[in-house]
Order: sequence, then structure tokens, then C-alpha cells
Amino acid sequence: MSAAGAGPRHAPGRQSLLDRARAAAAAVVDPELPVLTLLDLGVLRDVEVADDGAVVVAITPTYSGCPAMGAMRDDLLRELRAAGLPDARVRVALEPAWTTDWITPAGRAALAEAGISPPGAAPRRSGPVPLRLGPPRRAVRCPRCGSGDTEVTSEFGSTACKALYRCRACREPFDHVKEI
Amino acid sequence: MPDERARTTRTTRTREPDEHDNAYAGLLTDDPRWAFGTGFEDPLAGVDTTVPDGVDPADLATYCLMLGDDALVLSQRLAEWTSNAPDLEEDIAFANIALDLLGQARLLLARAAAADPTQVPALPAGSPVPDEDRLAFFRDGTALRNVRLAELPNGDFAQTVARVLLFATWRLALFEELARSRDAVLAAVAAKGVKELTYHRDFAGRWFLVLARGTEESRRRLVAGLEALWPYRAELFATHDVERAVAGAGVGVDPADVADTVDAVLDRVLETSGVERPDVPPRAGVLGRAGRDGRHTEALSLLLAEMQSVARAHPLGQW
Repeated sequence: MSAAGAGPRHAPGRQSLLDRARAAAAAVVDPELPVLTLLDLGVLRDVEVADDGAVVVAITPTYSGCPAMGAMRDDLLRELRAAGLPDARVRVALEPAWTTDWITPAGRAALAEAGISPPGAAPRRSGPVPLRLGPPRRAVRCPRCGSGDTEVTSEFGSTACKALYRCRACREPFDHVKEI
Repeated sequence: MPDERARTTRTTRTREPDEHDNAYAGLLTDDPRWAFGTGFEDPLAGVDTTVPDGVDPADLATYCLMLGDDALVLSQRLAEWTSNAPDLEEDIAFANIALDLLGQARLLLARAAAADPTQVPALPAGSPVPDEDRLAFFRDGTALRNVRLAELPNGDFAQTVARVLLFATWRLALFEELARSRDAVLAAVAAKGVKELTYHRDFAGRWFLVLARGTEESRRRLVAGLEALWPYRAELFATHDVERAVAGAGVGVDPADVADTVDAVLDRVLETSGVERPDVPPRAGVLGRAGRDGRHTEALSLLLAEMQSVARAHPLGQW
């Protein structure tokens, strides 16, 4: 955030503007998982400078009904403004659809550190989506005690992106970011 | 907000732990909001909504309303379970499924409005209500295009599980095809929806199995719920003229084309559960018209009365 406070009237070059915008956008954290940034979550898709000189940030929803999109937009615009970049827009990138595979290694480490089990590899398919009538087959380790002896409580949790698990070793419940 | 002055002078605020603890902290002062919507001004902000060549914009919009209304109405029904489900996990599950469907509805209604603005209800000048909310809150039942399966009352938990199974299995099959739509917005909404609907279908399939193999009472309720819904199943695969037109233009899916796929999945659930296919006739529409034509059951008007009354009472509502 070293560029914070330098206003646009200093007329920086395009690359410098882009660098400042990227640094500012990269610092914004997810409103529902504040232990990781939008960049680490893979929600921040692009930062560019448009022909009219405005900073344009592209974000993608994790789930179609993600209620945090508005908060993300406001946080991004506020952070850009604080970095001296008030001329900014946020656009939605619907395609390609968000996948948990975009969560960075740093993001996964931050999740685990916060007691949230990070996702495994997202399913890759060609052909029809197979029906699964049994419990999900995932190797999930308890983020507290490290045991692999865990069981799913529910595939739906406190936010759209998480499933509920419980550790049979230490008996603690925990969240798992489910693969999509 | 005693620290208001301090807040306005901070430069790196998003890492502060209290950023989202205060419901008012995130509001931009120059950002007027429609009080009954979500606040993100346009769910398709910056998305190219050009209608593909050779596609009738009115047909594309109507088709988006059909798929959007299916999701909107079932979302509202599932939300009725909030704080009422048998246990907390299922309460949360229905709320999550409802939220996914509401998100799909929002994108689809916004896409409909962008394709054909003439289908968006007019409101008094100065109303801040965005197009997708106008479509959701200011259309009467006869203008809604959802299949009747989506609007029926919930019944008990077992019947709701059966409905989510029927609905999600059908919609997942449609969306797998729709992901190849020539309309980039529909293709993107469908590709994303496939991931969500996979979780919905599997959730309902597992519960179907649990209830079928559970107690005599759980099985009785499941079979009764399935039989109550089954008459509305044929409507899911009856091709409407608009669906035929958009399928022909390469932007939509003819629901008759996914009937075999859906049947195969359902048969597997039924066989695994040891539940027979119900032997009940389809529920006819009115003079051959049903949900896709705006001919609904009485249940829809009651649902809409609850869902729309606040927005309609305050068409200029904003803060």
C-alpha cells in the first residue's frame, strides 16, 4: 500500500497506475472469509486500465447467489479510492465459472490456519454429471488435530461454499470448502 | 458509530477486523439503494448482453423468464423452511439451495430484461428498482412462466425432498445442454448452475434413499409426497412454442430432449430406494395451457402475495 495517498493529479504512467490498482485490489479481503483476499480466493479475475483511464476490476461470483458481491464491489472501490484511484469500476465476469481450484496455495494455507479445511481438486468431467447417492468421497483432514478420521455432517453449511464436517478423533466440528 | 471520524481517515481499512461487523460501515454515501433488493446495482455489470444473430429477442427474454421464474418461485418455497426444518442442518441446506436458485433467477431475469426491455414492468419515474426486481416483484401470476411443480405448497419434509429431486434432476439435465447455448450469458449461467444443481440433486437423492429405507412412517410420507407431485411431472417435458423456437435458434433447450436422461437418473434413485414409479395421470392445464403460459394453480397467487407485497407497497423505496 505504499502508493496510498498519491492522487491521480500526479499523472502517473499507465503501468504505474495499473501497478497501484493491482496492489490495492489485491489487498481486499473476502467479506465472508476475511482470512483470505479476493485474489487468494480466485474471485478477483482481472485489473485493467480502460481507454477512458478508469480502473476496471473484474470479479466473479463463487456461487450464483453469492450475497457478498455487493460488499466485494464496495470494498474494492473503497480500497481503490483510498489508494488515490477514485475513477474505478467493477465488472462481473461470469465466464469461466469460478472453481475452488483457483484458490491459491496461500489461500489454502490461510483457510487451514483459520480452522477451515481447504478444498480438494474440483471434479473434472466429460459427459453427464454422475449421480452420487452415497456420502461424498473426499479425503478430509481435521484442521484442528490433523486426523483423517472425519465424517460429513451436511453438504451445506454456514455459507454457500462450505460443507459441515466433524472429526471422529477430536470430536470437533469444522467447515470444509466444498469442491466446485 | 463513535469512531466515524477515525474511519473516514483510515487508508487501509479492509483488513480491519470490524469492517463487516457494522452493517452500515460498508455503505457508500453516494450509492442510493432500492430498499428491497440486494444493492449490487447490476448482476450483469460489464457483461456483453448482445442478442446472438438469428434469435428473436422477445423469445430469448421469455425463455429466460421461464427458467428464471422456475428458480425464483421454488427458491421462495424452499425459503419457507427457514427455521422450520426438522433439524438445523436441513434448515441450512434448504436455505442454501434456495439461495443458489435465487442467484440463478436474478441473473436470468436480468438477462431477460437486457434482451427485451419491453417485458419489464414500468414503475413511476424516479423508482430505483432494478429490472430484475421489477420482473420479480411487479408481475402478476399470469405473467409468470414457471412450471407448476415449482409453486405447489411444500407439504412435509419428505414431499419437499421429492420435489427438489424431481426439479434438480430436470434442471441439471437442461443446464448441461444449455451450457452450450449460443447466447454467452445463458451458457455462463448454465455452466455455473450445473455445479450448484449437482449438489442439490445429490442432497435430495440421498435424503430420498434415507427416507425410503427409514421407518414405515418416513417411507409412507415419501411415497405420498412423490404421488402428490407426480401429476405435475409431465409438464416439465412438454415443449412450449417459445422453447421450440429458442432450441431451433441454438440458444435454448427443448425439454423433451432431456426426458430420457432425467428418467434414467430418477429410475436409479427409485430402484435403489425400492420405490415404485407412481401410477397417477398427469394434471392437465387449462385448455392445454399450463405454467409456461401463465396458467397456474391457486398456490402461486398466495406465494406472490407474500413475496411481492412489501415491494409493491413501496415502489420508490430506497435509503
